[in-house]
Amino acid sequence: MKISPLGDSAITLDFTDESCDRERLLARALSVAQALEGTNIPGVIDVTSAYESVAVFFDPTRIERDVEEKIRALVASARVRVSRKRRRIEIPVCYDADFALDLARVEAETNLSADTIIALHSSAEFVVACVGFMPGFPFLAGLPEKLRTTRLATPRTKVPAGSVAIARTQAGVYPVESPGGWNLIGRTPLRLFDANANPPALLQAGDRVRFRGIMRNEFEARVKESSG
Amino acid sequence: MTASVVSAGFQTTVQDWGRAGLRKFGVTPGGALDSVSLRLANLLVGNPECVAGLEVTRGRVRLKLDVDRLVSWAGGEFEMRIGDELIPILHCARVSAGAVIEISPKRGGRAWLAISGGIDVPEILGSRATDLRALFGGWEGRALRDGDVLPLGAESELCPRIRAAIPNRISDWSAPRFATKNKFLRVIRGKNWDDDIGAKLLAQKFRVAMNSDRMGMRLEGGEMVSTNPAELVSEAVAPGTIQLPGSGAPVVLLGDCQTIGGYPKIAHVITVDLADAAQLQPLDEVRFELIELEEARDFLRERERDVALFRAGLEARFG
Repeated sequence: MKISPLGDSAITLDFTDESCDRERLLARALSVAQALEGTNIPGVIDVTSAYESVAVFFDPTRIERDVEEKIRALVASARVRVSRKRRRIEIPVCYDADFALDLARVEAETNLSADTIIALHSSAEFVVACVGFMPGFPFLAGLPEKLRTTRLATPRTKVPAGSVAIARTQAGVYPVESPGGWNLIGRTPLRLFDANANPPALLQAGDRVRFRGIMRNEFEARVKESSG
Repeated sequence: MTASVVSAGFQTTVQDWGRAGLRKFGVTPGGALDSVSLRLANLLVGNPECVAGLEVTRGRVRLKLDVDRLVSWAGGEFEMRIGDELIPILHCARVSAGAVIEISPKRGGRAWLAISGGIDVPEILGSRATDLRALFGGWEGRALRDGDVLPLGAESELCPRIRAAIPNRISDWSAPRFATKNKFLRVIRGKNWDDDIGAKLLAQKFRVAMNSDRMGMRLEGGEMVSTNPAELVSEAVAPGTIQLPGSGAPVVLLGDCQTIGGYPKIAHVITVDLADAAQLQPLDEVRFELIELEEARDFLRERERDVALFRAGLEARFG
């Protein structure tokens, strides 16, 4: 593990020197983040994991001088549990042409038919590698190799909330309307971020995710349901 | 108990200290870009430091209260008036129901306005701060508009005592001003710092780009070439992080920044100097100066001691 300062009020714990296996590194980061969250180190105010690293945020006026050693000791005792039980979450997605704004682009780039693209996307199992970029946005690892695409050369200024997207080796879902450059292939009626809910994000790092295709009428009904 | 927004200005938002402990949900800390200015303004009017006030960006803002309150302001180069009377920065002033409070820019930047009792919008995810990107918190999750009517909270026990000590509308005491007036933003090395990039960052003058906002300050006019791969595996970033995208134009992340990022992190503006960064406007010139991590933490400890001393002084006098 390498520790490097992330400004004067945080450190990053980087595990890439421990393994070359991405899945193992993700599991390592998740278990360390969990171990650190469960402890009460004075001055620590936030812990978050992303892919192969964990960041620990603290108030420098409140930490003790030996905070790094304490964190090292905790990390050493956090066991790697690669196959530990994780939540499984299904995300309904409507692949209707009105929502799959970049499907033609993905077809051209992958040389696959729309049906094959949808079948591959809705049969893969993804893992939430981290939540970030914007509130509730899941970075999903596990995109089938055949679905790799480039991002849009010019990002959209407005991607509608609920847009299901792919780019490069990853998949994601836009929780709220925002700018974005990923390829849109469908839309979910689920709310991925609700500031008034506890927890506010539907997905958390480590969750297993599958997409299930739904018809337009089910999409509309569920949108109505969740806004009613 | 309300504050009516007569004129909302360019971008005025309800802000407090922001949100903590929610990065794993992708929720940014947010809050006042210069939290010390808001804290001092709050202390001056008898509020707890964490109460919500207004962050005023550049524009001309006019408010009218329907109750008698105390107000104060801190931050950049602005003028605040109650009616015709000028209220100096970091002083406490009495404002009567119906009077118009006006903040107008001299040079501009950002200013923070505190009203005794605070802006009493609902707390969402532990804070009243406005998250402009995810559209929640503050007043309806957005910047203020003309005609908005903001609820005010109840005053603390300290407020009437402070009011009684201000017979002539404006206090004859003030809070210390922490702005460094330093033309340089002090930085410490980032994970992807190397001597070559570092030398370029420190030697050049940059210009704040027009498309800068509460998320980040984009810098133009320098010649930077990233020797790192253009995109790395995403990791946590923080306010102050200086990212270097493939374009070669560095970005200084500010309070509303995303929680993770994949661009090389070449350096970090120290926490104390984020207050100065919050005052920079498009086309302003920026330069950087390198210091060591422990110095950065010492500056922060020193500043917190100064705030604590001021707080203790107020409590001794009015508490």
